[in-house]
Amino acid sequence: MKAKIIVTPKKAVLDPQGKTVQNALEHMGYRGVKAVHVGKYLEIELDGTDKEAARQQLNEAAHRFLSNPVIEDYKLEIE
Amino acid sequence: MNFVVLQFPASNCDQDAVHGVRVLGHSARLLWHKESSLGDADAVLVPGGFSYGDYLRCGAIARFSPVMQAVKQFAENGGLVIGICNGFQVLTEAGLLPGALIRNRDLQFHCEHVFLKTLTNDSPFTSQIPSGKILRVPIAHGEGCYFADEQTLANLKANNQILWHYCDANGNVSDAANPNGSLQNIAGICNDRRNVAGLMPHPERACEPILGSADGKLIFESMISELQSRLAKAA
Repeated sequence: MKAKIIVTPKKAVLDPQGKTVQNALEHMGYRGVKAVHVGKYLEIELDGTDKEAARQQLNEAAHRFLSNPVIEDYKLEIE
Repeated sequence: MNFVVLQFPASNCDQDAVHGVRVLGHSARLLWHKESSLGDADAVLVPGGFSYGDYLRCGAIARFSPVMQAVKQFAENGGLVIGICNGFQVLTEAGLLPGALIRNRDLQFHCEHVFLKTLTNDSPFTSQIPSGKILRVPIAHGEGCYFADEQTLANLKANNQILWHYCDANGNVSDAANPNGSLQNIAGICNDRRNVAGLMPHPERACEPILGSADGKLIFESMISELQSRLAKAA
């Protein structure tokens, strides 16, 4: 099984990296970019086939460690 | 007094911290992160550096090191813990201090001297800082921007937990004097029980005049004063 976790900065947190990338896109001539947020993408390969058990485990891991709930949100997908 | 300075893989201000404490005439030793006991520690210092290469997030992996269990217990029991720079990051990740440290607002790594205004003498980390004295201390960080949500910031303020603001040489707190964009120009805080503190600047690098400033001593002297007072009470 493969888990895909996307970690993004919370809306309330200033994202200067995102802003810088947005500015750069504009300078490069890409129009209509309203906002950019830079996050993290993790791929975790797992043994077994029990998706629900994996989801529970990884939700806990994502909340405790893989993301910092003070400043980040995460999305978890298992396939 | 015995200071224990933690060492994680890629901590790099640990030796400076040991030296800083020794310069003040007190005892300091390094403690490898895999140790599970603090021994006879009177105070714990979590040093600066790039523990675990700042992988995932600064301090995110170090907070799960075996020694941190002992540090948490030590803090629970009222022991004095100070986190400097990466140490501050480790303590916020470990939940021993509220909030988080994120990338500097201007995305630059800042390696320079800053000025700090001390907001309160009512803490074991600031009691010996003369009223009105502006501390000149070096910083060296790329992720020192203090962030916390509105409620947490309000609580910090209400409980007098903000210990230091970035200011200019004249003590004026302003955005211009803030090197990293920290909310409310916060340079350092303590927990609600006032026994755990964290700050981004490096007092251990300002303990001897030859380094450009000896103002950092005042923070360690405050801790030592508290420890001595506790010892006197226990006697």
